[in-house]
Amino acid sequence: MALRIIESCVNCHACEALCPSQAIIEAHPHFLIDARKCTECEGDYPVQQCAAICPIEGAILDATGLAMNPPGSLTGISPERMAAAMAEMRAR
Amino acid sequence: MELTVLNNDPGAPKGGCSASACGSTDNQMSHLPEAIREKVHNHPCYSEQAHHYFARMHVAVAPACNIQCHYCNRKYDCANESRPGVVSELLSPEQAVKKTLAVAANIPQMSVLGIAGPGDPLANPGRTFATFRALSEQAPDIKLCVSTNGLALPGCVEELVKYNIDHVTITINCVDPAVGAKIYPWIFWKNRRIKGKKGARILIEQQQKGLEMLVARGVLVKVNSVMIPGVNDQHLQEVSRIVKGKGAFLHNVMPLISEAEHGTFYGVMGQRGPSPKELAALQDACAGDMNMMRHCRQCRADAVGLLGEDRGAEFTLDKVEAMEIDYAAAMAKRAVIHAAIREELETQQAAPAPQAPVVDATVRPVLMAIATRGDGVINQHFGHAQAFLVYEASPAGVRFIGHRKLDARYCEGGDTCGDGETVLSRIVKALADCEAVLCARIGFEPWEQLEAAGIQPNGEHAMEPIEEAVAAVYREMVEAGRLDAPVDAAWIA
Repeated sequence: MALRIIESCVNCHACEALCPSQAIIEAHPHFLIDARKCTECEGDYPVQQCAAICPIEGAILDATGLAMNPPGSLTGISPERMAAAMAEMRAR
Repeated sequence: MELTVLNNDPGAPKGGCSASACGSTDNQMSHLPEAIREKVHNHPCYSEQAHHYFARMHVAVAPACNIQCHYCNRKYDCANESRPGVVSELLSPEQAVKKTLAVAANIPQMSVLGIAGPGDPLANPGRTFATFRALSEQAPDIKLCVSTNGLALPGCVEELVKYNIDHVTITINCVDPAVGAKIYPWIFWKNRRIKGKKGARILIEQQQKGLEMLVARGVLVKVNSVMIPGVNDQHLQEVSRIVKGKGAFLHNVMPLISEAEHGTFYGVMGQRGPSPKELAALQDACAGDMNMMRHCRQCRADAVGLLGEDRGAEFTLDKVEAMEIDYAAAMAKRAVIHAAIREELETQQAAPAPQAPVVDATVRPVLMAIATRGDGVINQHFGHAQAFLVYEASPAGVRFIGHRKLDARYCEGGDTCGDGETVLSRIVKALADCEAVLCARIGFEPWEQLEAAGIQPNGEHAMEPIEEAVAAVYREMVEAGRLDAPVDAAWIA
């Protein structure tokens, strides 16, 4: 059981200091979670700390590969609205 | 106004703000106690007079943040962009110290080192305090300051005091959790993400507590507020009253930046920023309560140089690594230059204030835009201006209102992030509330378009001091009867 950081991570360091298992590694192009060390904060915190502070939707996945912070959950911008805004900008 | 020492120095900064007075008509600092004046006399962000002479730099050592603001998008970083929260390269504390010493040696006017992000400095206490600790030992002549959202502030006050940080900026956008919930979607607090009003309430409590603790320890506190029309614009006067009551010495109301291209919540949702007129009106309304700041340039978290300029590109990591710095020698040179600037500032303060234009007290005020490259005179061709200074002329006198940056600057091609408008029509729009543009020269096409928009171009005061020229044009307008009619009708005839 381990969480995973994927390429949308912006390397903001916020998660690193919070991890009770020191499982987060500063790496390039983005931070990584050492799956051997990650405990999903079991026994330390009621919520996974990296996912609780991560500002980027979709950057941290759970053990089954689902986004811990799905699109719209942090910014309040619904995925439809974001897609429409992006399409409008591309059109320009 | 001639600063011989600076002008003879090959490293003297060029650019920056070119207004000769970027504050209110009376000396912005004159009413402050001597102890505070002593602290801010060389701080460009705290003293409008100082910002013409002293430079600042930010080191980007603090990437993590503990809250989300709707005007921020942590994914965005564009080198051509200038706004808070944006940086090109993150520095380690060691790199930041080296860069600071390099800048201080090469730009001796640099008086202040700030940590402002790109996240929240106090959400990165290890990195932030390691930087401050090393600098307080190695460069005791540099003032240290920090800018924070305030959430982690109460827990950091003791440590801040330890490194002799006597200037702190807190961004306070509200004192009401219901307003806060529209600005801050979440905060990270005690190991949980807390959303909505509950999160905003905690943030507000921490900000106010931090402000009180800093004031109690004699630390100077500036409060920044982002003006968000329809969200907190009505509320900021109350914020101003409250923070002043608690001892903040300066309030800086800044306009929301919300380009859709930045991908922020406000940008994507179409939340507009305030018009220059709305911003100035709110700043005036708050000024009744406290000392206001109008010369803020909303700079990046890695800006280097005078306010309004960014020399960061001269001090990238690889360039700094290659520099040999003799800081003891630099410190001696800096002391001489700082003393000369101080003498110049004191001479200026002793000089009599410019005369108010002699007109009937019932005449309405007028805004004018100025094209200038600096030195306090009108010396720029209209077509070369990348920003205009806006002055207000009224029977009470001439005062600086703010600057208008042109969008064209950071989206020059226009085809990637522009909206098809010509640069000229953008300028006309940016200066819509002005009734005259004073420049050194101007071409026929812009002349026609400006005139059609009710903005009178004027090249007759080239090389004249700004305040005198504005007062002269105001008198001409009064004498020509142009100010008798209401604003909108004034130019129809």
